[in-house]
Amino acid sequence: MSFLSQLFARRSSAPVARDRLQILLAHERAHGGPGAEGQSELIAKLREEILDVIARHVPIDRDKVQIKLDRGAAVSTLEIDIEVPELKKKPVLSEAAKPDAAKPADDAKSSAADKTEAAKEA
Amino acid sequence: MGKVLVVTSGKGGVGKTTSTASLGAALAQENQKVVVVDFDVGLRNLDLVMGAERRVVFDLINVVQGDAKLAQALIRDKRVETLSILPASQTRDKDALTADGVARVIAELRETFDWIVCDSPAGIERGAQLAMHHADEAVVVTNPEVSSVRDSDRIIGLLDSTTAKAKAGEKINKHLLLTRYDAARAARGEMLRVEDVLEILSIPLIGIIPESEEVLRASNLGAPVTLNNPDSAPARAYFDAVRRLRGETVDMNVPTDRKGLFGKLFKWRAA
Repeated sequence: MSFLSQLFARRSSAPVARDRLQILLAHERAHGGPGAEGQSELIAKLREEILDVIARHVPIDRDKVQIKLDRGAAVSTLEIDIEVPELKKKPVLSEAAKPDAAKPADDAKSSAADKTEAAKEA
Repeated sequence: MGKVLVVTSGKGGVGKTTSTASLGAALAQENQKVVVVDFDVGLRNLDLVMGAERRVVFDLINVVQGDAKLAQALIRDKRVETLSILPASQTRDKDALTADGVARVIAELRETFDWIVCDSPAGIERGAQLAMHHADEAVVVTNPEVSSVRDSDRIIGLLDSTTAKAKAGEKINKHLLLTRYDAARAARGEMLRVEDVLEILSIPLIGIIPESEEVLRASNLGAPVTLNNPDSAPARAYFDAVRRLRGETVDMNVPTDRKGLFGKLFKWRAA
């Protein structure tokens, strides 16, 4: 990249601001807005129901659950990372395994990631 | 019957109080009977920006609670005869404002004034909702900056859902006032452009107030910028906004203080 184009790229922060706002507000208008905490309620509900399903089959520690949300323009991903202890006999439980998920791999623990497409924009 | 205009924004520090004072004064300078009402209970500042801080005896809450008559609490501006201010309380709790009391005061003000300009507190809580509740028109003050635009979007949602007009199935007239705008920085891609903000918020533009030293100078002196320096760029922008508010068609531009060729260049770029 030439010096000039580098300079130009660094200066044009306004288009980035515009794009970020458009994505954010599209979501807030659809889910949040006055009098409705729709989005966070939906996530709380999804988390509880998914955890319930898993808890039916394996004991899980509810404190060891990580939830990430990534809101994109067209598709949002909800990532729920659950530590499942004592899973040696039933190794495959989740559809998407995440080998490099945060914590060092441990014999007694394996983690299951559950990706859910939460919201689609019109 | 006077019109109720709320000046609101969600985010703090974007220029609500400055704009309330300037729009109110500019309307009064055009011979409209105007009262500016401070709804920021506990953190009143409109009196200070208007230069009336030493003349406050009674306030909005005294009137709402019946401890003072409206006429006793209204402060007449010394520079413009048709301009009055109704200050907020500095000491009382914001819960002292009741919906019924506010409704009564607004109804009474409508009988005497052409314009009731309400300075909303920041936030989206009760105080802000009371300030906008009776509004016929709303000026949403926004800086070309991401957090301000997001909060304005939120406020626009509230204007369309919680106000008296919205509940009666009517539409409230919303106007965007873009403040602290720097046309040169926007042209260089360093600041959201007017078109960007308009596209995102999609409410009509009532004016663009340029970033200017004159605004701070005026508030230092306790005078709305339209009174302190009527020929300055921000004052001209406020006068234009007020004419649009009154239904006149005025070409939209960003007034500038820069003189000579340099100034002309910026004017051209902003257009």
